[in-house]
Amino acid sequence: MDVAQILLNGIVLGAIYASLAVGFSLVWGVLNVINMLHGSFIVLGGYLAFFGWHFYGVHPLLLLPAIAATLFVFGYTIQYIFINKVVTAPVLTTLTLTFGLDMILYNLIVVYFSPTPRRVTLDLGTFEFFDVILPGDRLVGMVLAGLLTGLLLLVMKASKIGRAIVAVRMDRTAAELMGIRVNHIYAITFGIGALMAGSAGTVFAMVFPISVNLSGILLGKAFVVCVIGGLGSVSGALVGGLALGLIESFSGVFLGAEHALTVGFVLMLFLLLVKPTGLVGTKGYE
Amino acid sequence: MMTRLGYLLLAAWFVLLASLPFHAENYIVRIGIVIAMYSTLAYSWNVIGGFAGYPSFSTAAFFGIGAYIGGVAQHNGMPMGLAWALATLGVGFFAFSLGAILLRLRGHYFAIGSIVVVEVCRLLISSWRDVTGGGSGLNIPILKWQPDEVLAFFLWVMLVLFAVGFIINLLVDRTPLGFGLRCIRQNEEAAAMVGVNTSQYKLAGYVLSALLCGTAGAANASWVGYIDPSESFSIIMTLKVPVMVMLGGAGTLLGPALGAGGFVMLEEIFWSSYLNWNRALLGGVIVLLIFFLPGGLLKFSLKKVFARVTGFATSGAGR
Repeated sequence: MDVAQILLNGIVLGAIYASLAVGFSLVWGVLNVINMLHGSFIVLGGYLAFFGWHFYGVHPLLLLPAIAATLFVFGYTIQYIFINKVVTAPVLTTLTLTFGLDMILYNLIVVYFSPTPRRVTLDLGTFEFFDVILPGDRLVGMVLAGLLTGLLLLVMKASKIGRAIVAVRMDRTAAELMGIRVNHIYAITFGIGALMAGSAGTVFAMVFPISVNLSGILLGKAFVVCVIGGLGSVSGALVGGLALGLIESFSGVFLGAEHALTVGFVLMLFLLLVKPTGLVGTKGYE
Repeated sequence: MMTRLGYLLLAAWFVLLASLPFHAENYIVRIGIVIAMYSTLAYSWNVIGGFAGYPSFSTAAFFGIGAYIGGVAQHNGMPMGLAWALATLGVGFFAFSLGAILLRLRGHYFAIGSIVVVEVCRLLISSWRDVTGGGSGLNIPILKWQPDEVLAFFLWVMLVLFAVGFIINLLVDRTPLGFGLRCIRQNEEAAAMVGVNTSQYKLAGYVLSALLCGTAGAANASWVGYIDPSESFSIIMTLKVPVMVMLGGAGTLLGPALGAGGFVMLEEIFWSSYLNWNRALLGGVIVLLIFFLPGGLLKFSLKKVFARVTGFATSGAGR
């Protein structure tokens, strides 16, 4: 295969990975919580998009804001009722709690949506220039994923809420003394994490088939992206996502598709040891 | 006084499990085997997760590698007992080399690293088709005895592992190793400062938490007669075992047995009565456990649970 084609595939994949991981990264970085629910949030977003499209004929792009809002409220509530109460506990407690919540959500999705793989098939044609082929849905997926991630970056940099989130991440106590309602900010952060997961799930369902069984794999991708790129920042997720996309795309071609995932994981373990802050992460945020 | 009663109850529980083949039907004996196996895994995890407080999620990696070392050895004609011994040693060596690298990480990073190891093992075993049979799994010669005898045999094997696991915990608890691991749980820097060789202690704890998982994995493989990567390296198992220990009481000598027994029986009830909802019910148990029984069943006091329930309902967010 042509190098340009592999490169392009990697970038498309990378943009989607970045949008899948950015919410997870934000929650981990700000709340210091490993959110095991993240994979199921993505699947939920994808399923909502599929069912809206399949049964009511609503275009996923029109549905996206509604899905995002639903997931935000959902995430906010979960954080406010449950996770806030143990947010300062050791990692074993918070991780186990989110895992327990994930088992409940996963079960609900299986019962109400059935575990059949679903995909929104929009016939958007393909684009071709100089032998490099790009299917239309992938192009839309990539652009959308990029827009979502960019939007979050803008919110974090320029809005009051975004600045408050960054302040809480840097120093919880100082932020509290400055009059920031930390629990509220935590819940909003978790809500944004869920929102990004749901939106990314919608994008994902437009490009790949999605099924509940994927929630573990998607969570794994989010882990890898976070550790490669660095925690808690949008730019970290972007770099990590693109890196993982390119690695998988190239190793898939040269080593065989079944090894693409392994290469990503091994690289992540290696980075954990030599540079746990990730490629563009800053020390002190973990 | 309390502890003596606890030990007596544990002994009674052990005798009850061991006598199952004589008075219970095969279905119950099967549950007994599962209980004994998870008790072994729970005691193993307790060394690193309970005493040292390290959030290790590599149980399934040890279990799966044990299953595959034992399974491949038996598949190629090695006698069963020898295959189990080989699995134990192999997993011990694996934990030693892995721990030397992984234990440099702390907190979340250690947790993630140890989970990812399970995934990497699963992927590697799946792609190493010539030896492991890949995704289609591997058949292992089964014991050609009467079904009752086979069940009784594996029950007693697992119970021996359970007992060894308990004894390891007892020894760790009463030797400087346990003291050092507890120091690490409280404050690793301070422990290092007062002369605890933290890296050696952690590594010893990590290896001890692996050995019996390997044996149990190999024994389970011989019992079931078939292994495949997704069953052997399951993320659910790797999270279930710590939950069991926390259910009983982490870092205690009786907690793992109590938690494993309670959890397996609960799971069995959920499986048989609410097939479609068993995952959600277990998740619910975990959530309730975190909020209302953070010290485990051993520290159960109705008053405290009541206080927590009312506290949970009245306080908005945050404690």
